[in-house]
Parts: sequence; structure tokens; C-alpha cells
Amino acid sequence: MLHIYCPHCGEYREEEEFHCKGQAHIPRPLDPDNCSDEEWGNYMYFRHNPKGLHHEIWYHSTGCQKFFNITRDTVTYEIKEVYKMGEQPSVAAKG
Amino acid sequence: MSQKNRLLTGGRIDRSKTLKFSYNGRQYQGYQGDTLASALLANGVDIVARSFKYSRPRGIVAAGAEEPNAVLQIGSTPATQVPNVRATQQELYNGLVCGATNGWPSVESDIMGLFGKIGGSMMPPGFYYKTFMFPQSMWETYEKYIRKAAGLGYAPTERDPDIYDKMNQHCDLMVVGAGPAGLAAALTAARSGARVILADEQAEFGGHLLSSREKIDGKPAMAWVDAVVEELGSYPNVTLLRRATVNGYHDQNFLTVHQQLTDHLGDRAPAGQARSRLHRVRAHWVVLATGAHERPLVFGNNDVPGCMIASAVATYINRYGVVPGSKLVLMTTNDGAYQTALDWADAGREVVAVVDTRAKADGDLVAAVRKRGIKVMSGSAVIEVQGKKRVSGVTVATIDARGERVSSNAHTLLECDTVASSGGWSPVVHLSCHTGSRPVWRDDIIGFVPGKTVQKQLVAGGVNGTYSLGKVLAEGFAAGQQAVQNLGLNSAKCKQPAVREIREGAPMALFHVPHTKPTSRAPKQFVDLQNDVTAAGIELAAREGFEAIEHVKRYTAMGFGTDQGKLGNINGMAIAAKARGKSIPETGTTVFRPNYTPITFGALAGRDAGALFDPKRYTAMHKWHVEHGAEFEDVGQWKRPWYYPKAGESMQQALNRECRAAREGVAILDATTLGKVDIQGKDAREFLGRVYSNAWAKLDVGKCRYGLMCHEDGMVFDDGVTSCLGENHFLMTTTTGGAAGVLEWLELYHQTEWPELEVYFTSVTDHWATMTLSGPNSRKLLEELVEGVDLSNDNFKFMDWREGKVAGVPARIFRISFTGELSFEVNVQANYGQYVWEKLFEQGAKYDLTPYGTETMHILRAEKGFIIVGQDTDGSMNPYDLGMSWCVGAKKPFSFIGKRGLLREDNLGKNRKQLVGLKTRDPKVVLPEGAQAVADPKQPVPMTLLGHISSSYWSETLGRSIALGFIRGGHERMGETVYYPMADGRVIEAEICSPIFFDPKGERQNV
Ligand SMILES: [Zn+2]
Repeated sequence: MLHIYCPHCGEYREEEEFHCKGQAHIPRPLDPDNCSDEEWGNYMYFRHNPKGLHHEIWYHSTGCQKFFNITRDTVTYEIKEVYKMGEQPSVAAKG
Repeated sequence: MSQKNRLLTGGRIDRSKTLKFSYNGRQYQGYQGDTLASALLANGVDIVARSFKYSRPRGIVAAGAEEPNAVLQIGSTPATQVPNVRATQQELYNGLVCGATNGWPSVESDIMGLFGKIGGSMMPPGFYYKTFMFPQSMWETYEKYIRKAAGLGYAPTERDPDIYDKMNQHCDLMVVGAGPAGLAAALTAARSGARVILADEQAEFGGHLLSSREKIDGKPAMAWVDAVVEELGSYPNVTLLRRATVNGYHDQNFLTVHQQLTDHLGDRAPAGQARSRLHRVRAHWVVLATGAHERPLVFGNNDVPGCMIASAVATYINRYGVVPGSKLVLMTTNDGAYQTALDWADAGREVVAVVDTRAKADGDLVAAVRKRGIKVMSGSAVIEVQGKKRVSGVTVATIDARGERVSSNAHTLLECDTVASSGGWSPVVHLSCHTGSRPVWRDDIIGFVPGKTVQKQLVAGGVNGTYSLGKVLAEGFAAGQQAVQNLGLNSAKCKQPAVREIREGAPMALFHVPHTKPTSRAPKQFVDLQNDVTAAGIELAAREGFEAIEHVKRYTAMGFGTDQGKLGNINGMAIAAKARGKSIPETGTTVFRPNYTPITFGALAGRDAGALFDPKRYTAMHKWHVEHGAEFEDVGQWKRPWYYPKAGESMQQALNRECRAAREGVAILDATTLGKVDIQGKDAREFLGRVYSNAWAKLDVGKCRYGLMCHEDGMVFDDGVTSCLGENHFLMTTTTGGAAGVLEWLELYHQTEWPELEVYFTSVTDHWATMTLSGPNSRKLLEELVEGVDLSNDNFKFMDWREGKVAGVPARIFRISFTGELSFEVNVQANYGQYVWEKLFEQGAKYDLTPYGTETMHILRAEKGFIIVGQDTDGSMNPYDLGMSWCVGAKKPFSFIGKRGLLREDNLGKNRKQLVGLKTRDPKVVLPEGAQAVADPKQPVPMTLLGHISSSYWSETLGRSIALGFIRGGHERMGETVYYPMADGRVIEAEICSPIFFDPKGERQNV
């Protein structure tokens, strides 16, 4: 079970308080009406499945109800960093 | 039978406290301090199991968690049965009832033994795959036969009467194992002020020292242990957990510890006490001091009762005062096991010979054995055991220096009843494996040690391949100091106690003892006793092409028993490696998963059982519903009134009555459970426009509007009415089950996509009690209780809301309708809910105010063709499919969520499944929900399916059945006939119609 530091609460909490919302940094196209099916399809459905570092969105669902980002190693489950929405990771994942 | 193998003195047992117990229906006696295994051995019980595949008799082999055979069923009543208990870990208590878990009719005379003899040769590894899977139709027959004969115990047949606890713990340092290394580490950290948890699976701390005759500081080792434990117990920053197995080591130093609180007292916990406690520990640092398990050697008939591991024999003698036999032959690859020969001799029984596989041995213990006049046979091995239900003798032969073949034809036969063997030690790396770390092979210690890890983990002692007591203690102190330093604390001084170093010669790497015959023809040489895996079986797997050790394991089932192959895995890997001409590390490592030892479901469930399994949510009026005979339906965690039967009424009669009241008089629904989200902020209106499919820009204060929510793919996922409370203030309602998901979804889009919008969401579902009055008399009734609101149709229109008082209580009244009738939804602060509800009934008696539940609500809305998200939709219906294009604001300036998805080619197709009404030809027949429509009932299977029925009821209002369902291109197929073939052969014919069955113009709600 992961031990996750919530950047909003400023505390480590148990994984049970959170859930993962999948890959981070997938911006919604600013003009959906005019983007191609391919662009829209990429936004909707295409995700990385890396062995290694992965940027993902987590939700402190039974805590502060804030979303934030985690860079996590999918092999070792190490959490390399947490950072707030709108911020960029300092540890870069491939791809 | 008396305790024929019990010594008169010695051991950590209390001979003044006799305990009675029964095994397989026979009465025995043991002493306080015994394990069940030591008591059975004291009484000369040889056979504790029949083996899994060959049904061979098996005896106790080990003295701890690694025991593969003595897996017993414990419990005196049907409710207190525990299968899978290792007798070596079960403390004896007075009145203990246990039995072997397999063997039929008994372990002593087992009918499978006959089959084993015949079938044994026909049961190579892969037997289950090869034989029982084909033909598959026979599997059930085989399975029953195997289970009856082989079985590993049975579950309790009655409800468990005990309670189980869980506890969350946090600490600076978790020390796993209270042997010398663990105690030293814990002491160092405790003196330095760290918060320490020390856990050990045994009843007493001391680990290996509990059965050792070594001295520390010139005194018996246990004197040092006692002093350390006493000191640790005096620190408030130290938690000592006895009988506590660290069963799992999970990510980021999270450990699960199963502590048995009362299993040593009886098969039921004393009243008011928890039977076990699952500690969930989050530790900053962990010291693994889990020790090592001795490896037995693999030789012919090495499973005959009387064959044991050498250290277990020493443990039974030194700790329990039990000598498990009369005449011992000891076979060893190392010096350490010589101690067992000395212990046996000191107990006054005969050591027939020490058989040393090495050509030369000259360590201190070897010298001591020779000095005692005990025969030592060097360069030799026990290649075969004689005896069936107990060892009667062994065949000893000389072997070559590498242990690969028997080097002469001259064999020695020795008479004995016990064969102790030692192939060295295997560090208990299980916990370090749990987090994904691969163990690493070390040739110098002939074993795997914990490998690289990302956990904050230190290791000390046996688990690190360090076995001599002085070095074990040194590593323990060092690990404690390292942990203290890592924690940023100042390390307190600990003086290392003095231990006399025992000089030992080099051990020999031998796993599989050669026989004069090839392995496949030699007597069975068992590797995994619990799963009956032999050396021949592993060699066969290698010949059949199973290369990776994980494949060999699956093919042979090695390590798949409840003991997880604690004794056998390394031997098996060594044999597999040799068969392929590779080294052990080249063959791969074997990893272990939680749990270290089996754990009961009760311990895992803890208090999360029965009424505490899942929270229940009740509305403020719940008591009234109960008192008025409501039947309840679970909606999420909510208990909602389903219907309110009167005495003698069937469900359908009750529903008919409730429906008539709502259509003809006045009825009331507890609608509290609908999700409510308070939305405020200057951009609240803009936000609503983005998340709802319809338009919100022009909704005035005092007005309500129905809205649909889609996901980005354009599929409907929730709906509800949102009301404008103020220019920047809205109240959103959601479906009961969707409330939490909708709130999260709103937060997701706000926080991740549109943080620039100023908007705030607050769940207020529980703040309000909601009661919906429906029916032609609802206005008349409400007028009698309302203050400050003019309810007339001119001044309070459909889809308006007003603030006022109802029964003197501040209320929000919404004129919205899910029944199609004149309807008012009264919301009051939840703690006034029951009061207002009761006032409405007092006042409503003259109108025969009738409560109705969710079922009547479903019928009434279906008559109106209103969908229920989650019942009529399943995530694959867009607003157009539902005939709700009126609810899509395609012209809205912002591309609302779902808009782009609706433009996908598939969403624009004409032949999508569309919501329609369905009327059966026979109005009395109610279609089953889920029934599939076809155009031609005579079409051969597989038939072309047109769509399913999503809602179906008897409509009392219309005097016929009605249904909502989906039909491909259904909107264009009004009046057509479709057919619903039933499983029983019937075919129900129905006509496609509008989903609005009643009051199609919507006049009744506007009166
Ligand atoms: Zn938080």
C-alpha cells in the first residue's frame, strides 16, 4: 500500500484515502469542435503504459478532495515526486 | 500412552502443569510450554499426515513455520474449526482437539496408500494437466475424488463466534524477529529513543537462542535474552509483539503483522477478547532479522516418519525436553549440525553415527563429537532409508568429493529410528521478496540473501547468511545503529556481549544425495514434502523442456503448498539447475509472496464483518418508514423505502394502491437520498453550461431546470434538476448512486481543466431532508401547512422554487415532478425532517396521504417515459438515443463536455439503439427486464438482436403492462412489431410505441 504525500494537506497519508485517475498532463483540446477525429481520439483514448516512470493524477478523495500529480515508478512503486496541478514534473518520464 | 520420549529434566516446559489434548480421537498429555508438535513427539506419535499425491505416511520434520507435514485441523466445535494449523507453531492448551486433515479412513491405514503404490508410478509431475484435464468433462469426477482423499482440512460449518481486531501503527523502526540479531537491533534503537516495534512469531522472544546451549557473557544465552527483553519492556517508546507473525512486507515500509492473541488459550477467545489482531504498521525503517531455515538433504525415502531436520531435533531436545527417537543417524554437509549429535547423546540416547558428506571435517564441534566416541563416517551419505511408518534403518555409502555419485559398492546398513539431516541453512528472505526485491545467491554461504531493495530496509543475522552467534549479535547492533543514524537520532552506547567463537570447517554444497541407481529408478527422493515433488519429477520437468524455475515450479507444483516450499525450494532449484548443467543463480531465483504463513479470513476481515461490513445510510425519516412497515431497497449505501405493504397486501397490490394515490389523491416519497451539490462562485453559471449538455445562461433566480450530463464520449452518465438560488448560487441534484462520482467529476474538471473559473462545490446531500408530494391534492395539503409562499399556479409555476416555511420550519419548495403529477418537493434542514414528515401526515390524513417507495416512483416515471440513469442507460446511450435532443444545447458557445464526442461517426449513425416504449400484444403480460428483441422469432440461433428491455412494469393507471427498451433505429419504427423470445420457449410479442404512455402533453403537472 502506497504512502502518499498530499501536497495540499502537507502530510503523508495511506493509499486508501486516494485514488488514481490515470495519466497526467493530457490537456483537453482548447477547441474541441474543430479538432480532427485523430486529435480527439488521442485525447480520449490513447495512454502510455510505461515500465518505469509514469506521471499520473491522483485524487485525495477521502481527504481534501484535491487533485495533484505523482511521478511514480511502475516497477518499484517508488513515488519520485508529487506536484500540484499546473506544475511540471522535475523527474521526467520517457514518451 | 505415556510421554515415552520426554526427558525428566530440561527444556522450557513446566512439568507441573499437565495439559490434556486429543489427536485423531485419542487422548494424550503434554506440558505447559509444549507446542502441539512437541507434545505429539513426546507421546511417540509418528504419523501426522498422508502425503498429497502418493498418500505416504508422514511425520513431523521441523519445529517452526517451515513444517510441511504436521498441518492439522484444530477445533472442538463446528464453529471453531481452523484448518491448516502447523502443529509446530500451535501452543498446547488444555482440552485441545485436533486431527490429521487427510488420510481416509485414517492416517494410519489409508486407502489412498494402495492407489499411491499402484498409481505412484503413474503420477509424474504434470499429472494433473496431462490426465485430469482430458477429457474435461471428467474433471468434476476427478476433482471430488482427489479432494476427498487428499484434502487439506475443512472450513468451519458455523458462524465464527469470535471477534478480530485491526490496529494501525506507526514507528521509527520495525524489527522483524526477536532472535539475537533482532533483540540487539531493537535494544540499540530503543536506547536511542526511537519508537520501536519488535515482533516475533513465537510466544517467547529469543529465536534460535530458545533452543541453544551457547553462552553469552559466560551465562546461558537466555539470561541475556531475559535481560534485554526486560529492558525493552521498560521503555515507553517500545512495543513488543509476541505471537505476532510479520506476514507481509508491502510498498513503502508498510507491514502487516498477524498477532494471535488467544489461540494459545483455546479454540475460542475468552469472552470480550479479540482472537487475533492484524497490525498495519507504517515504519520509517525496517530491520529484517528473520533468521534462517535449515535445509534437509534429499535422499531415498527421506519422507519416512523419523526423518527430520537436524536443528529441529536439537530444538525438541533442548527446548521441550523431548527426544523424538532412540537411535539417531545424523547426516550433514556442515559442522553446525554436529551439535544435534551432542544434544542427542547428552539426552542419554544412542547416536549410531554421524554421516558427513565431506571427506574431511575438523571443526570444534566435530572434535567434540569424536571425543565423545561417536562414530563419524566421512565422505559418506545416507542414500536410502528403510522403514514404512517409521525409520528402521539406513543405507550409507561413500560418495565422491562433489557429491555427484556413489563411489563404491560397499554399503553399510545401520539400524536406527531417526535420521536427522542438514544441508546447511537458507536465509528467510520471504519478506524482502514481498516488495519485489530479487534475492541474490551467495556461494560462500550456499544460499540466497535479500537483494537490492527500494525499501528502507536493513538486514541482520541469519537472513543475511550470518550464523555464528557472535557475528549475528554484531550485525544486530550494527543494524540498530545504522537505523538510528538514518533516523537522525543520536545513537546510544551498547556494549557487545562476549561470545566464545566456535571454529567451523567449510560446508559442502550438496542438495541431492546420489544413489547407486539413476534418480528416476532410485527410491523416491522428496524435495517438497507437502506437494510430493521428487528429485525425479524435477529432472523430468527439465527433460521436458521447462527451463525457467518458475515454470518448473508450476509444472511440478513445487512450493505451491501452504508452506510455500520453505524447506524444499532451494533443493529443487539446485536439482533443476544441475539437470540443465547450470548454476543456481543462472536458473533463476524463487520469490515469495504474502502471506508468510497462512492467515484466517477472520483475521483479515477484522471488525469489517456483519453490520460493520459496509456503512449504512439512513434518511431523517427512516424511523417512520420502519414503524410503518416499509420494505427497504439498497441504493448504494442508502436504505430506501421500496414499498409500504399493508396487512395482507401483496407487493403488486401495494404498488397499485400507491400508484392510484399519486395519480388520484396525494402521495409522498422520501427523496432525501438524491445527491445535492451546492455550487457557488461568480463563474458557477458558466461552469454549469460546460458540464451539462443543455443551456444554463438564462436560468433566472427562482427557476429550476432539468439537465443531462455526458462524459467526453457523449454518453449520458447522470441527470437531475439544478435550481438557481441566487445569481452566483445553484443547487444541483444528482442520482442517488451517482452523487459521489458527479462531485468528483466536477472537481476534476474544475481543478485540472478550468482552474481559472471561480466556483466552489459542496456536498449537501445529508444537510436536507427531501419529501416529494405528488398528486392532484398535493397543493391543497401543502397550503394548509405552508407560510410565506403562494402556491397558486399563477404565482408558483411548474419548474419554479420558493423559500418559505412548512409546518413552521424554514423550507425550500421546488415545483418539479418526476411523476407527471402536480408535485411539490419540500426540503427542510435534515434534523427537522421527521417532524415535518409527521406534520404532513397529521394534516394529510383527510386526503389519505399515502407514502410510496422507490418501486412506485419507478412505475410512475416509466408511465411518463422518464429515464433512470443507470437503469435505462448503461454508458453507451447518448442524449439522441434517449430521444432527448431537446436537452442538447448544440449552439452553446463553449464546447460542453460530450459535444465533441457526439460528433463521432458512430454517434451520428442512424441505426443506433434508441429508447422507445413497448406494449405487449397481451396487456396482461409484463416483459422481463433484460429481454432481447428480435424481428423474426423463427430465425435460427444466433439471432439478430435489436435491443433490450430496460424498464418494465404493470401500470395500474393504464390497466396494462408497459415497458421502456431499446430498438435499433427505434425512433423510426413506431407501430412495428418485435418479438422477445424467452428462455422457456415462449415468445412475447410487442408493439413499438412512444415511451410516454400517460398524459403525453404533460398537462397534469402544470395544473
Ligand atoms: Zn489532501
